[in-house]
Order: sequence, then structure tokens, then C-alpha cells
Amino acid sequence: MTNLKKIVGKQIFIPIAALLILILFNLCADPSFFKITLGTNSAGNPVLSGYLVTILDYGSELAILAIGMTLVTAASGGQDISVGATLAIAGSAMLKVLCGGATSASVMQAPVIVALLVGCIAAMLAGAFNGALVAYFRIQPMVATLILYTAGRSIAAWINNNELPIISDSAFTVYGGFIPGIPIPTPFFIAALCVLAAWCLLKFTTIGLYTQAVGINENSARLNGINPEFIKFLSFVILGVCVAVAALIKISRLSTINYSVIAKDIEMDAILAVALGGNALGGGKFNLWASILGAYVIQFLTTTLYKFNVQSDALPAYKAVVVIALVVFSAPTVRAKLTELSKKKSRSVQLAGKEAA
Amino acid sequence: MDNSKKTAGNLGFLAKTSDTTLLLSITIIVFFLMYLGAMIFQGAGFLKAQTFFNILNANAALIVGSVGMSIVMITGGIDISIGGVVALVCMSCAVLLDKQGGNVPMAVLLAIAIGLAYGVVQGYLVAFLDIQPFIVSLAGMFFARGMTTIVNTEPFNVANEQFVALKNTRIKIPFLGSVNKKGVFVPAYIEIGVVIALLVVVLFFMILRWSKLGRWFYAVGGNRTSALMLGINVKMTRFYAHLICSTLAGISGFVYFLHVGSGSASHATGMEMNAIASSIIGGTMLTGGVGNIIGTLFGVLSLSTIQNIVSSAGLDQAWWTGITIAAMLCLFLVIQSVIMSAKKKALQA
Amino acid sequence: MNEEILLEMKDIHKRFPGVYALNSVDFSLRKGEVHALMGENGAGKSTLIKVLTGVYTKDEGEIRMSGNSEALDIRSPQDAQKYGISTVYQEITLCPNLSVAENIYIGRGSGAVQNWKEMNEGADKILKSLDIPARATQQLGSCSLAVQQMVAIARAVDQECKVLILDEPTSSLDEEEVEKLFGLMRDLKSRGVGIIFVTHFLDQVYEICDRITVLRDGKLVGAYDIANLPRVQLVSKMLGKDMDDLSDIKGSAETYKAESNMPPVYEAEGLQSNAGIKPFNFHVNKGEITGFTGLLGSGRSECVRAIFGADRVIGGKVKKNGKEVTIKNSYQAMKNGIAYLPEDRKRDGIIGDLSIRDNIILALQVMRGFFKPMSKAEAQKFADDYIKLLDIKTPNADKPIGELSGGNQQKCILARWLLMNPEYLILDEPTRGIDIGTKTDIQKLALKLASEGMSITFISSEIEEMLRTCSRMIVMRDRRVVGELSGNELTQNTIMSTIAGGSEK
Repeated sequence: MTNLKKIVGKQIFIPIAALLILILFNLCADPSFFKITLGTNSAGNPVLSGYLVTILDYGSELAILAIGMTLVTAASGGQDISVGATLAIAGSAMLKVLCGGATSASVMQAPVIVALLVGCIAAMLAGAFNGALVAYFRIQPMVATLILYTAGRSIAAWINNNELPIISDSAFTVYGGFIPGIPIPTPFFIAALCVLAAWCLLKFTTIGLYTQAVGINENSARLNGINPEFIKFLSFVILGVCVAVAALIKISRLSTINYSVIAKDIEMDAILAVALGGNALGGGKFNLWASILGAYVIQFLTTTLYKFNVQSDALPAYKAVVVIALVVFSAPTVRAKLTELSKKKSRSVQLAGKEAA
Repeated sequence: MDNSKKTAGNLGFLAKTSDTTLLLSITIIVFFLMYLGAMIFQGAGFLKAQTFFNILNANAALIVGSVGMSIVMITGGIDISIGGVVALVCMSCAVLLDKQGGNVPMAVLLAIAIGLAYGVVQGYLVAFLDIQPFIVSLAGMFFARGMTTIVNTEPFNVANEQFVALKNTRIKIPFLGSVNKKGVFVPAYIEIGVVIALLVVVLFFMILRWSKLGRWFYAVGGNRTSALMLGINVKMTRFYAHLICSTLAGISGFVYFLHVGSGSASHATGMEMNAIASSIIGGTMLTGGVGNIIGTLFGVLSLSTIQNIVSSAGLDQAWWTGITIAAMLCLFLVIQSVIMSAKKKALQA
Repeated sequence: MNEEILLEMKDIHKRFPGVYALNSVDFSLRKGEVHALMGENGAGKSTLIKVLTGVYTKDEGEIRMSGNSEALDIRSPQDAQKYGISTVYQEITLCPNLSVAENIYIGRGSGAVQNWKEMNEGADKILKSLDIPARATQQLGSCSLAVQQMVAIARAVDQECKVLILDEPTSSLDEEEVEKLFGLMRDLKSRGVGIIFVTHFLDQVYEICDRITVLRDGKLVGAYDIANLPRVQLVSKMLGKDMDDLSDIKGSAETYKAESNMPPVYEAEGLQSNAGIKPFNFHVNKGEITGFTGLLGSGRSECVRAIFGADRVIGGKVKKNGKEVTIKNSYQAMKNGIAYLPEDRKRDGIIGDLSIRDNIILALQVMRGFFKPMSKAEAQKFADDYIKLLDIKTPNADKPIGELSGGNQQKCILARWLLMNPEYLILDEPTRGIDIGTKTDIQKLALKLASEGMSITFISSEIEEMLRTCSRMIVMRDRRVVGELSGNELTQNTIMSTIAGGSEK
């Protein structure tokens, strides 16, 4: 009983439970969901395919975003809703570099690392803009990021003069596809690298402690010598880096960009991943690993919905229901009522065997 | 020291004006200056009365939506679901009229019903369960967009005769108009939606000014704890604000539908942002407690005028719209904070 | 003054988990009197007020009011309002964005329509009759704090209140504004309103009040006519020390002898912060325990906050070991070896959801720097050491600090600062709201640390504690330093008479 309580009490239990429910549902509905086949793609390389591989593939970019979003949520107590738009900006900047400013290129005009760097700078600037509004001008995070949410895609289009540059270099498709000879999708490795980087960040700096301190009690944090404004600002900049990496995967998949569609509604998924990871959307304590797992669970949900022929445009409706269910369940007022209920129950149980407390 | 006193003297008038009046006057002045500027420098188009009425025609839905947004913002909340609701209403009404054999009154009822339902759910979650309005309406926005596709995937134009007749109704404005190339006087006109929008503006201006509920909105936005202490039912007040906002979003949806005459999942994308921007430009404070519906009307007009100016200046690429709005919003947020802190200083001195 | 009893509270009890906030308290208010309710931290005065205004419901006892045959049943602020009990709080509970008239009338009466003309006329009439310098149509936010306070009172008066509670209304007002407020209070008094005045400014009590009720530790000490209770006695009643009985108990702290050739560890000249204290001078030597004393609200906390850079420092020179340094924020203070245990543990001290371990290592970690996180093993060792050293009662260091008792939380915060090994430690009410055992532990610890060479500033509401620990005390009244006592002067009597001030005159 106590062991069970311990497991249930752990934060990571929430995404795991959600995952189990989804797995169970799919097992009952159609076990072929779990089939993985090894085939070859058009380039003659061995690739794995199947729904699970799709989840691993597309869940990875979400996992990368979830890292940054978790930090932003913990520090500022709000969410960044401009990630989709910022991703478009970063992607657009990268394509401009890769195509050397032309509308199409069959060979990359610059090394990928340079493009990634430029993309990073673009996304970090966007993050810095959001972060400055939130930390120094004290505008609510979601209102502050609403500005880029609207303008971001337009800025992305403006970077490339509304052209849609196409990069047809097969070497570039590796990042969103497969490394020749390895049947597991590359995004998974990129995500793994990001997770490793995040692990190092938490291990070799004090950002985890500072972020939580700022999110839980800004006053105390300040009196202990922490600069809360800077920590908030920093979290938005870090999210910018995550967005740039995700943008690399996205444009590598497409070999081009579509300003109004690319990464549409991805902010919703990222926020959902954070919430599903059991992190309070009001900020404070966080568990990065739970968020990352949450991201894959969200992709699991998306893929399941796709499998049942739900159109991509209709997906948000289902996810919105999940979000509302999650926030309602974790709302303090609802929680208080629930504990009251359970107390009443346990009290009637306790009447039999009185406890000495 | 001397310096600060001097500024305080200059800013003395700031201290005496109420926040709402101050911001409202800024908005109105900015609008007229802008329009005047456009008339002088870009001439032709802006000299025609119809240009102005076209701005109204194209933005009637936004006006209605912004009024609701202002009310929620005055109570210190926010609602970003209105664009989604507009799209959902358009699609639902389109399907009702063309595929289910409904008529226009039924469509109107449907639009209001969708808005009401949205308001009840969002209002309950925000006011009684105390969930952040942003999260609630973000989910609301995605739900509405998703539902729009579920109702009908493909965009289509409505052919219902009764509706098309209504849509094409033009209300002529006496004495205003222009002479066309053939020398015939073409009177200026507005669409029905504009009439609805103006009615909404007048109605809610009156409600905010002369009803107790209206004043409660301001009190709750000014200081929620104080409002509670003053004996105001804060929960119900916030609930009503969201109810009104979503209902107006439903009406706004119908006005939009009346203007475009089609259903599509991509209708009114970013309208929530335009509405927030209009409200802020119109002098509604993000922090709540300050705002005015007339200001919001001028906010919408300013916003659409600047868009018109930008596009007639040759910058008609699509992205300029988004950037312009964001820039306007940023500018007015800064103006607000600068003026408010100047006012605070004037008060302290 | 009228002898008619307006309000009577009898045998009021109120318990909270772990705290007996009100233990059989009686209180009575006459018609047309100003009645001061006095007491230090945790005395129960705010609980009593909250019971009366329906924010809390009493556990036992009854409240009666003249004109009501039955005992009052107050369950909400609205109920209290209905019986004619109105409250004006220190923090103004009005809406600054509305007009003065609206603030007087909003939330009252029935009907859905707002009649502005009628409302403004009514408001102007009240404002005029109470001689409040404001226009009905003015935005409340553009009035001074005193006027805002008065508008709140006007609202209460217009609701035909019989009992008006003023909860520390003068804390943020300057002298002139206080005078205006008192004028208004006298006016109300003459109309037969009973006023309960909660304040910690002694001068004000003696200027305006007719009677005083003193509470201490949730119990009634007594109700006195102002004429029969000299200041010194009032202070001694509030602090729970009888002047004559204890006059010969001297502080047990040994008189400190400064090494004459050493500059003070910390020295401030004309230090001033934006928290409203007058500029003050202060120094502390190596191994010395100094104290700031004074009643609640006298500015003792604000002084040490200024030292630590917790409030915005707006003037003054600071020297550390004879060298001039800049301390504008907490980080700079910490870098200079200063540690500060804040008064409000919940708001400024603990980081509730974090573990005991993280809470303990936080300050040291910040000192070490962003890129030098300590390993979990090291952190665990520090935490375990201090849990043992300070006898913190917890199963392990992983427990969130918010789940500990007040005393144990305080020990964790103390551990946080000790771990930093500061040169100068400021303890602001370290013994507030914690059990007796822990209180003694903390005092002993302070003495021990000082004997090892740490400089300490100790603040406590309990004079005995300060006498036991401090070898020099700065006495504060009404936000300015009014005296410095050391050596033979450190007795209850001198301290209390210095706090009370007026007695020498």
C-alpha cells in the first residue's frame, strides 16, 4: 500500500500512467499499431517503419522544445506561445544561409553548423525579446509572447522576402530523416544529444536550483543573492536554442519551409508536454525528464488519433480537451475539494482503528 | 531635485485626469492625426468617404470582438479564443444554411448559442475554478479551430438566397459619397454588420458606464481583493465578463460570416491578437481596471487605418500586416507604461 | 464620553492547528470612544479583529451589540457590515481606478443602474460633512494615501456603522496626514461611533484614545482608562514584564569589550532605504552581539534590511572592516560576509516546495557561483551535518521545507546562513512563532557564535531574549533611532522607558 503510494506520488508517474493507458487502448483497439518493419527507403538505406518509429521520430522535436518550455514555465510561471512562430523565424534564417540567399540550391552553400548557429542566434534574439518583456517589463509571459506569436511568421517570411527557398541537397535530409546505414530516425539522436546537453546544464550549473527558487519564491531567491529577472530572461533564451534545433529538424524534413504552416500549433503540444509531465503550469518545481517523456506521450496520442483517421486540423480539438482536463484536475481549488473528499472518506475508515497521531 | 519639480509642474494635468479619460484622448488624437496624415500624404484613396466606410465594413466583426475583449481585459482577464469562435460560428452557420436547410434566424440563434456555450464553460473554469484565463482560452482557441474542421473540412461559399440577399444589403449614407469616372454620384454605403457593430459599441458603452455590473468590471480589474471587501461578487463578475466576451465573439462570428459569406477553418486567424491590440491601442490596460469601449472602437479604426496606409504605401506583402500590428501593440504598451509612470511621478511630487 | 456599552465580546476562543490564538478574551467598546487595541506580535489582536469582522468564525464565546437582543452571528464580512461593524485596513481596500464617489457606493444597494448624479451629490455631501479634501468625481488613485484612508472611513460612515475598526491606518501616513485623520476620528466620536484603533505608535494612542485593551499571547491582559496607564506601564504590559518586579534583573550577556585598535566589522553612516526609516548610524565589532529594539513597526526590521541591501538603499556610507564598500543588493552583502535571517520566514525565507537540502545549501551555492554547483553528495553532507548540529527534526533531507514546523524551518534557514560562514550575521526575529525549546537553542547558538568571533545583530520582540544575548542595543521609536544602551543601562526598565520615550519629558 505505502509502496504503491510512493510510486503514484512520484511526478514521473503521471506521464507513465498516460503512456500505459494509451498503450493499453491501442493493444485493445488494434495490436498492429505496435508492428515495426525493416525496409529500405528510396536511397536504398535500411529504415525502420511503423507507428512506434513515427512516435520516436516526431516526438523528438517536441521533446527538444519541452526542455526549454519546462524551464520557462518553472521560472516565469507562464508559457511561451510563440515557439511555433520563432521556429519559423529560425528555419527561415537557416534556409537563407543554406541556400546562400538564392531561392533554391542543389548543394548546401554553407556548412550546416553555420546555418544552425545563425538559426540559434535568430531564435535566441526572439527569446531575448520575450524574456526582456517578461522579466524586465513584467508583462505576463503569455501576453508578451503573443506579440511574436502574431508577428513571428511574418518576420520569417520577410527574412526570405516571402520566397520559399528549396534545398535539394540529400546530405541535408539526414537531420530529419535517416543517417545512411542506421535504421533509427536521426531526430531521435538529436533529441538524445539535447537531453544530454540539458543534463549537463543541470549538472554543471546551478540553473536548476535557481530556476526553481525563483519560480517558487521570488522574494527569498532575491534575498539569497539570486537575480530573478536574469534567471527568467535566461530561460527564454535557452528556449530559443531549443527552438532553433527543432527548426533544423523541421526544415530538413521538408527541404523547404512553409511560413504559415510549419510547426503550427506546436506550442500547444509543448505546453501539453510540460503539463503532462506533472509540472505545475504556475511555475516552481520541475522535472525535466517527466516533460521529455510527456512529449513522447503527446506524440503517441497524436499518432493514435491519426491512426483513427482524425484529420490533422481537427487534432487540436482533442488535445484541447486533454489540456482542460489536466488543468482542471491540477487546479488548487479542485485539488482542495478532492483532498477534502478523500479526508472525509479516510476519516470514516479511521473511526474503526483509531490512530495515535 | 529642482528638475523633478519642474517636470511635475508640467505634468500636473496628468495627475488630475482619470486614467481612462487620459488614454482615451491619446487614442482619439492618434487616430485623427494618422488619418489626417494619410489624407495629406497619400491623398486620393483616403479622401474618399467610402474608404473610411470600407474600413468599417471590413472590420465590423473585429469591432464586436474587441468590445468583448476589452470587457474581459478591464476585469483583468484575457480571452484568446475569440478568433477560433468566429471561425467555428462561420463554419457552423454555413453548414446550417447550405447543408442542413436552415434559415437566417436559425443561423443567428446558432451563432449566439455557440458564443454562450463557450462563455459558460470558459467563465466557469476561470471564475469558479480559478484557472488562468490564458490557459483556458488557449485551449478554447484550439478546440474551436479543431471543431471547425470537424464540422466541415473544406471551405465553401454559402448560396442560401435569403442569406446572400442579407449579405449584399447596402445601407446608403445620405450626402456622402463620391463622383465616379462617368460623373455619376455614387453614395457611400455600409453593410449590415456595421450597424450591428455600432449598436454593440453603444450598448456596451452604456452598460460599462451606467450599469452596476459595468462598474463592477472596473472594480474587479482595479483590485480584486478590494472589490471583494467592497462587497462585490467577484466570481460572478468575472464569470459575466467571460460570458459577455464569448457571446460577443459568437455575434462577431455572425458579422464576419455576413461579410465574407463563407465558412473556412482559416477564417479570422489572428483575430484575437488584433482584438487585444485594438483594446490596448484604445486605452485598455493589460493590468485591468482601465479602458473604454469608445476607445476600443478607435483602437480598431487606428489599427485598420495603419494597415491601409502600409498597404497603399506599396508594402502590401502579407507579412507587413502582422509586423505592423505587433509594432503598434509594442508601441502602445510602451506609451502606456511611460505615461502611467510619469503620472505616478506627478502624483508623488 | 458616554458610558453606554456599544459592543461586548465575551469569552472569545479561537484555535488554529497548533496555535491557541485567542484564549478567553473579553472586549468591550463604549459608545463614542476611541479604544486602542494593543499587543505585540502574536498577541491575538488581528485574530480578534478578524473574528469581529467575520473573516474568521469564533470557536467559542459570544458577541453582543446594543440594540440587538440576541448575540450576533457573524460569519462573513457582509454579516459584520449588516450589524454596522466596518473596518478600514492599513492596506487600502478600495479600487484606485474608480472615482471617489464610486468607492463610497460601489457594491451597495440594489438595482442594476448606476445613477451618477445622485451618487456624486451624495458623495460630495458626505465628503463635505466629514471635511475630507476630495472631490466626488476625482479618481481615487490621484488622492493622497491619507485621503484614500478617509474615503474608506467615509464609506463606513455612510453605511451607518456603529463600530469602526481602524487597523493600523496610520502606518503609511506622515504627521500632517495623521492629524487630519485624527480630526476625522474626533468628529466621528462626537457622533457616537465607537472606534477600535489598532496601532503600534504609542504617541498616537495617547493623543487620541480613551481606553486601552492589551492582549498578550492570545490572552487578555486588561482594559484600562488611558489616564490610569502611564506609557511605561503600557509597554511593560505589552511585553509581559512587570516594571518593578524585574527592575533588578540585569542582562546576563557579558559586557563586551571592543579591541580598541580594530575597526568595526561593519559600520554604516547615515544609511537610508526606501522603506521609510530615518537615516541612521550603526556599527558592530568583532564578536559583538548588538540588538535593535523597539515596538513592532518602529523600524527595527527596516534598519537591518537596509544593512543587507534587501530594500532599496538610497543613501549613506558603508564600511566593512574599515574599508568602504557598496552594498546595494543581497548578493553584494553576501559577498561582504553578511548574512540575514529575515523576519517573515514564509515570504522571504523558505522556498517552500524545495527540499531541506536545497534550502540549506542555497546561500553557499549562490556564493560559489553559477558554474560551480556542488555535488549531491556534498550537499547531502552539509545538510546532514546541520540537521544534526541544529537538531532539525525531519526524517531526511529530501522533505520539502514547507512541511516542517515553524521552528524547524527557522533552523534550516539558520543553517543556510551558518553554512556560508558569515562574518556578520543578522537575525531578525529568529524566535518568532516557534516553540520554547527552539527559542532557547537559537539564543544559545547566537552567544556561542559570538564567542567564536562572529558579529551578530539580534532582533526580538521579547526584551528578555535580547537582554540575555545583546551587549549593546539600539532603541527605535517611530522609525528613528532614539537611543543606544549598553553596559549598566541594559535593564528592562531603561529599555522600556526609552521605548516609551514620553516618560522622561
